[in-house]
Amino acid sequence: MAGGSKTFGPSVFQRKKGLAPMLRFIFGRLAVLIPTFLGVSLIAFSFIRLLPGDPVMLMSGERVMAPERHTELMHQLGLDRPMYVQYFDYLGGLVTGDFGSSIVTKRPVLDDFMNLFPATLELSLCAIIVAVLLGIPAGVIAAVKRGTWLDQSLMGVALVGYSMPIFWWGLLLIIFFSGYLGWTPVSGRISMMYFFPQVTGFMLIDSLISGQAGAFKSAVSYLILPTVVLATIPLAVIARQTRSAMLEVLGEDYVRTARSKGLSPFRVIGVHALRNALIPVITTIGLQVGVLLAGAILTETIFSWPGIGKWMVDSVFKRDYQVVQGGLMLIAAMIMIINLIVDVLYGFINPRIRH
Amino acid sequence: MKKLSTLLAATAIATLMAGSAWSKTFVYCSEASPEGFDPGLYTGGQTFDAAAHTVYNRLVEFKRGTTEIEPALAESWEISADGKEYTFKLRPGVKFQTTEYFTPTRELNADDVIFSFERQYKADNAWNKYVPGASWEYFSGMGLPDLLEKVEKVDDLTVKIVLKRPEAPLLANLGMPFISILSKEYADKLQADGKMELMNQQPLGTGPFTFVAYQPDAAIRYKANPDYWGGKQKIDDLVFAITTDAAVRAQKLKAGECQLMSYPNAADVAELKADPNLNISEQAGLNVSYLAYNTLVPPFDKVEVRKALNMAVNKQAIVDAVFQGAATVAKNPIPPTMWSYNDKVEDDKYDPEVAKKMLEDAGVKDLKMKIWAMPVARPYMLNARRAAELMQSDLAKIGVTAEIVSYEWAEYLKLSSAKDRDGAAILGWTGDNGDPDNFLDTLLGCDAVGGNNRAQWCNKEFDDLVTKAKETSDVAERTKLYEEAQIVFKKEAPWNTLDHSLAVVPMSKKVSGFVQSPLGDFVFEGVDIAE
Amino acid sequence: MAVAEIKTTKPQTGFAEFWFYFSRNKGAVMGLVVFLIILFVAVFAAFVAPHSPSVQNRDVLLLPPGWTQGGQWTYLLGTDAVGRDILSRLIYGARFSLFIGLVVVTLSVISGVLVGLIAGYFRGRTDTIIMRVMDIILAFPSLLLALVLVAVLGPGLVNAMIAISLVNLPHFVRLTRAAVMSERTKDYVIASRVAGAGTMRLMFLTILPNCLAPLIVQATLAFSAAILDAAALGFLGMGAQPPTPEWGTMLAEAREFIQRAWWVVTFPGVAILVTVIAINLMGDGLRDALDPKLKRS
Repeated sequence: MAGGSKTFGPSVFQRKKGLAPMLRFIFGRLAVLIPTFLGVSLIAFSFIRLLPGDPVMLMSGERVMAPERHTELMHQLGLDRPMYVQYFDYLGGLVTGDFGSSIVTKRPVLDDFMNLFPATLELSLCAIIVAVLLGIPAGVIAAVKRGTWLDQSLMGVALVGYSMPIFWWGLLLIIFFSGYLGWTPVSGRISMMYFFPQVTGFMLIDSLISGQAGAFKSAVSYLILPTVVLATIPLAVIARQTRSAMLEVLGEDYVRTARSKGLSPFRVIGVHALRNALIPVITTIGLQVGVLLAGAILTETIFSWPGIGKWMVDSVFKRDYQVVQGGLMLIAAMIMIINLIVDVLYGFINPRIRH
Repeated sequence: MKKLSTLLAATAIATLMAGSAWSKTFVYCSEASPEGFDPGLYTGGQTFDAAAHTVYNRLVEFKRGTTEIEPALAESWEISADGKEYTFKLRPGVKFQTTEYFTPTRELNADDVIFSFERQYKADNAWNKYVPGASWEYFSGMGLPDLLEKVEKVDDLTVKIVLKRPEAPLLANLGMPFISILSKEYADKLQADGKMELMNQQPLGTGPFTFVAYQPDAAIRYKANPDYWGGKQKIDDLVFAITTDAAVRAQKLKAGECQLMSYPNAADVAELKADPNLNISEQAGLNVSYLAYNTLVPPFDKVEVRKALNMAVNKQAIVDAVFQGAATVAKNPIPPTMWSYNDKVEDDKYDPEVAKKMLEDAGVKDLKMKIWAMPVARPYMLNARRAAELMQSDLAKIGVTAEIVSYEWAEYLKLSSAKDRDGAAILGWTGDNGDPDNFLDTLLGCDAVGGNNRAQWCNKEFDDLVTKAKETSDVAERTKLYEEAQIVFKKEAPWNTLDHSLAVVPMSKKVSGFVQSPLGDFVFEGVDIAE
Repeated sequence: MAVAEIKTTKPQTGFAEFWFYFSRNKGAVMGLVVFLIILFVAVFAAFVAPHSPSVQNRDVLLLPPGWTQGGQWTYLLGTDAVGRDILSRLIYGARFSLFIGLVVVTLSVISGVLVGLIAGYFRGRTDTIIMRVMDIILAFPSLLLALVLVAVLGPGLVNAMIAISLVNLPHFVRLTRAAVMSERTKDYVIASRVAGAGTMRLMFLTILPNCLAPLIVQATLAFSAAILDAAALGFLGMGAQPPTPEWGTMLAEAREFIQRAWWVVTFPGVAILVTVIAINLMGDGLRDALDPKLKRS
């Protein structure tokens, strides 16, 4: 999923001031969220009813299920009721936090999601941190040194990163670092030698808490390659976005004024220009969440990383309809909420910094 | 880069040191996450490996490496003369595991056994629906709800199972994972606490390993059960490292991250064999793959036509192309490792010339047929589509035009059992309990027409033989009947028997005491690793 | 593809101006050249490819590339697990990738522009409903949505293209709608309306041509994104099915040889990467040439 094309900044509310319009804006967005969420639930619900094949039939594999037993199980799972009854029943469950139970494992979907989500979150956070820490300086340098070989090579690398099929990139890194050099482990989150309670679900933190010698290092060594792979596209997008935002700001009057006043270039760039250039960049970062999750699907599959991306892919292949349905809902809800937060943040930052 | 390498080298050393300071840990790279930890609820082999063969025991079990039944939680048993009453004497002094979540106060007794049975078929048992969508697939699949009259307590250490009719395969069924014996005391406590679902998350049984923790999609951890009635295990910790990608499992094994792996890629086997640090254990799997003709639809109702088609297909080519040799051509409907396998049966010889002539003699010209190829890889048939393509080109040589069709897996299973199915279907079977009845009657009996009998083949001679064998307890007698049934089968050719696949288990040379199970289970009781 | 569109829709002077700006961007020209080469190879695959993409030569399984030890020059990039020539498969694979890009862009541009025009032109309730539906589609990570859609429709190339088109749709709808909304109040539109132009004429002939620039840029980006997404779906086993020589599908098949035969894994990825870079370079050039604001700076 190449990312940069999808930056549609909210333009609704750039010139408003004060807290009241802010609150109105937030409530307005929340009101829109509800019908969207209903739509999402309807889509998730109908998708799995459209999936070919009969989930009950799969329960017995090659052994043919007696028709009576099939009917009984359909009834037991509530699949013999009219669609709309099933849908409203499902909505009712959602309100109480019941996202259904997996047909395969019989475990509640929400439990599995909560169990696996920290792994995805840890990986995504590390990736976004790497992307920001490297992407913004790269973009600033490229903008300041515009037209030089440095700019060109940085942007060349960014273009490659931006165009990267990350599933292949991951395989290449595995071949080279795990296979050829033997530096990094092949897959998983930490060496099987270590075992400690999952307090936070973040392996980096839990390994530190555990106090076991080497556990943290092991966790880091397992995290490096997936992070690099997942960070690739956001890093490239952020670098490109920072560069063009910086270029725009550097051309504006107040920067020229600051320069002409004899302020140090570092101050001009670091304080005045960068601060303003960061506004669109923050939106970009926010919008990378969806991109990150899409990337997590591939990254987790390649590295056998036990997160929700791999969980969803596995469930699609196992035809575990309840999990696909519940997982779609949970992920969509999360993206919608994060987008809302980004919008609101953008709204806060924008008017204040501008003037 | 240099710095990175030192850092990682340091990590590796720290890992090693931590390892040696620790207890003896055996890591198994398993192929899939367990569906849960209550073996009664599921059908997946990975679930049985993770729950039934570690935490639990059964009344009787399969002797390691065979399909023979041996005493386990039941020390001995008696079968009544009419074959309807089985009386089991339980092993005295069997302790349930002590875990962080439960400390048992009593030893195994008849109540535990009765509980383990009744929860699976008595609708009024509180445990019959203890998780949403609970269904006891194997229990009903093996026909036990219809077969069981009652399971009753004679005294604390004696249980009697009464059947509605004699059924010789029952003992073999009781060795299967789904009927593992749970602790009633633990169940009662969970019920009292209102936490019944924990039975499926924190299992507690009498087996060699005690459950410690499950990290979803990542690892399962066990430690040796110090109170195990069969003696404490030589390894201290057992870890299942869940690794769904076969190539990655192989890499981890080679890197020493695990000591044993399941299901390697057929393509990787040669390379694994060449690795000086690895041992490879191989065994014919307890399975068969077949092409079932629909014997109700002309011209496939004629034996000569079916025979001719069988002779037109080069099965060795299928084994080579699909399994890279990791399979054997099948001639009987049961695998060679199974008792009563009739090695005297002659397979239909690959001979397109004769086949062509036979078709002509049978008056069949310009035959057009469909070949059903399933959409998924199964242990007995890794790539049905490729196999179908090979058959298609073989059949073209005798003037038969074959069209390959496929459906989504669940659809395939359903549609292929229809009596009016158009075409011959590729499918297969993996044995559940090592009893020939589980193949011959289940897949070819008259009762199974319209169901598991994909050939829709009902032959009185064959059916009488297998029915008689089912009602006879004497194994020698049963063997004779089954051997004869296989001759009838081959003569009538309702299937083209394609292959029995080979189960390959690569492991580190340090591993000792691992015995491959013909049933495809991974059982770690008795394994050890050299330091 | 986008270039061709411009040729036909813009008058000669406009094209000359466009080409002036486009050709100033060296990267874009390079991208265009590489793209044309790939296009040529794809169209004339039957003549360019040294071998058939599907013939299995059982004597040369997993042969390494020609320049390495043990390689043969007839199999320049080596062979795969069943003895097929990798170079030939990649050449034929270019057809699939370009075809996927073309179909996806066509599908999503046509439907997206149509829906976006309707939403932007009519406003009101229609607009609200359309935009809400787009919000719903955007609430899912695109690859996940495409994956589930393909699972519903059945794995295969055609269904993968449909799914990717659908997840791409909202971007075109939003873009068109925004452009239409800013155009429809402009004088020339009002003038045509006063002159009695019908709704259809207004929408398609008056407003649409003036919103083309951002659409063309977005279409180029969608083209490369579609190639990446289709390859990702193929890699996950939900795109083109083996033995189709689609690049992502080839990678999926090659995965089991990751430790044994690096060439089976490496080259299909290089092919995807080069194609996508070429198209993105062109996209950057198009943006610079078509975006009047950047033109000045």
